[in-house]
Amino acid sequence: MTTDPFTTGRRYAKADADVHPQLLFPSYPASIRRAPSLAPVAIEPSATELTPAPTPPGWPVGGDDLTVSGPSVPIGERIIVAGRVLDADGAPVPGALVEIWQANAAGRYVHDADRRDAPLDPGFTGSGRCVTDQAGAYRFVTIRPGAYPGRSHHNAWRPPHIHFSVIGRVLLTRLVTQMYFPHDPLLDLDPIVLAVPEAVRSRLVAQLALDVAVPDVALGYRFDLVLRGEDATPAARA
Amino acid sequence: MTAPYTPSQTPGPYFHVGMLDVFFRSSDQPGSAAVHLTGQVVDGDGAPVTDALLEIWQLASARAGEATIVRAVTDAGGEYELWTAKPHGGSGAGAAVDAPHLDVVLVAGGVQRHLVTRMYFPDEAAANAQDPVLSRVDPARRATLVAISRGAELRFDIRLQGPGETVFFDV
Repeated sequence: MTTDPFTTGRRYAKADADVHPQLLFPSYPASIRRAPSLAPVAIEPSATELTPAPTPPGWPVGGDDLTVSGPSVPIGERIIVAGRVLDADGAPVPGALVEIWQANAAGRYVHDADRRDAPLDPGFTGSGRCVTDQAGAYRFVTIRPGAYPGRSHHNAWRPPHIHFSVIGRVLLTRLVTQMYFPHDPLLDLDPIVLAVPEAVRSRLVAQLALDVAVPDVALGYRFDLVLRGEDATPAARA
Repeated sequence: MTAPYTPSQTPGPYFHVGMLDVFFRSSDQPGSAAVHLTGQVVDGDGAPVTDALLEIWQLASARAGEATIVRAVTDAGGEYELWTAKPHGGSGAGAAVDAPHLDVVLVAGGVQRHLVTRMYFPDEAAANAQDPVLSRVDPARRATLVAISRGAELRFDIRLQGPGETVFFDV
């Protein structure tokens, strides 16, 4: 069986400006001096962008339960976040490396640069990782993160979120994003969310999922990640 | 019709917590065959970008049909450092032959979708002159894609914005 998209001649659609946030979004000040001012140069993918990068051997298993990472039980609301990594045609992406990081229940990261006056939790590092199974599925046990102050404007508060990084085999499908929680009024005030075209913002919001929850243990949320997929009309690009 | 992808988001400044580099360090230790790559990432003011993650994606030199990833993060001076193997040239789009290169995926706070650029080798002038990707780039900007030799090191700076802005690709 070959799953090498290079040798099978798969084509990938161009990154879609209707989906991704604008690189320059002035109400998100951190973007102002970091967004390239010149348009990217369009090129055809070569082997470098189309050849799979296997998950490194020795990648630790068991990184999917963030509630057992410290010497104590973390404070906060235990939740399960589960979903699938899919391609644009809805096909599962097995073997994808999913990495997550997040603030603790008090809205503080275990990071030297986060000097905010909010408590660290010895039971919580906020770092997790797993590899999707044959159905493209992943599952994390964690703590619902707290909101924390943003830097974009006076009295800015970032909505609770979990950062996701997905390495879905080839460079062209690389994705770094954030997952939010449903019915959060902060979503309408956050420049990082508002930078995403309105029609697709809901794709960043997890859904409450009782079939993911474990009774008496943890509430559940479902969050699927859809990676860039094959071009529907490769002939049009030739 | 809007493509069904999940939108990108900035990794924020605390990504080191989650995107670990420990399993993406090249096994090629400093040595005669290894590439020792350093550089600085700066913003539109020339200020160091202290919270950037670079992922080098390249064709593995040892095993055909596999790519390898090497990660490095910038420090308080915006500087990064990594070791990797020099890849061979490969087949490019169509009949053209790519010069040896490293793809560089840059993820950083304030950057809302990862950027993709390429690093070419300064000792491959003939191959670079034939490279189908470099040939798509304004000749005045090609130098931003070629590393500079500095002793045993290769130096590859990335300027996100402004004069000397690095060429990024829509691939």
